[in-house]
Amino acid sequence: MSVWEYANPRRFMGWTAPVLLWVFGLAGVALVTGLIWGYFFTPDAARFGSTVKIIYIHVPAAFIAINAWIMMLIASLIWLVRRHHVSALAAKAAAPIGLVMTVIGLATGAIWGQPMWGTYWAWDPRLTSFLILFLFYIGYISLWAAIEDGDTAADLTSWLCLVGSVFALLSRYAVLFWNQGLHQGASLSLDAEENVADVFWFPLVLCIVGFVLLFIALVLLRTRTEIRLRRAQALERRMARN
Amino acid sequence: MPDLGKYATEVLLSYGVTILLVAGLVWVSWRQSVAAKRRLEALEDE
Repeated sequence: MSVWEYANPRRFMGWTAPVLLWVFGLAGVALVTGLIWGYFFTPDAARFGSTVKIIYIHVPAAFIAINAWIMMLIASLIWLVRRHHVSALAAKAAAPIGLVMTVIGLATGAIWGQPMWGTYWAWDPRLTSFLILFLFYIGYISLWAAIEDGDTAADLTSWLCLVGSVFALLSRYAVLFWNQGLHQGASLSLDAEENVADVFWFPLVLCIVGFVLLFIALVLLRTRTEIRLRRAQALERRMARN
Repeated sequence: MPDLGKYATEVLLSYGVTILLVAGLVWVSWRQSVAAKRRLEALEDE
């Protein structure tokens, strides 16, 4: 069987129903364990004091904020190339999650920035590209809401998603592109010397796994909702004609 | 409870904002899912 058949709306509703609860459950276990570990059982950092505990929410939220847009980009490309309705609806379903994660990233970053940098906000490359990503999320959700025809909305939002991907990538790599600004480098890196210390690294990875699983669970749940709404709209149109 | 020292406000505020937003997102997503399911079932029953 082709992998595309899993994206058939009826088949998608079938296989996601039993998977959904498991993914939510695993996300809950990973998040609760990771956050309790990080909050209660890790020491303060020499430079940052107890504010180091904010990384267990700030880093995973920022990670999801950027990668949710990348997931939307892939789903949008699938829609534009193969016209799979579920992929367009999955992109639509992911946007509010990405928006909330972007808000968490910006808010916790600002709260952390005041005592560490002496300011809530700076026009730093990473912060600025993250703010633009936030505006793109707002624009993307608004565009879906503004257009009544589902296919037209999927087309236009897919193109918007392609443009916004520049800023999603800039948010991730701005620190590397411009050797300036307040924001420090990546907390997690393939280069072991750049990583945070092990005592912070393990609970941080667990929190990231929890946020990723929560993102997957919410995308599945919200995509199921969008499929049902699309089906309901089709039935209503059919009834109105008869 | 860990001693958060002079940064207690910042740490607790960050966790509070995050928990509130994530819980709100899950609750809204679940409510919308239930509403969509009921709407579709009602239409299919007609």
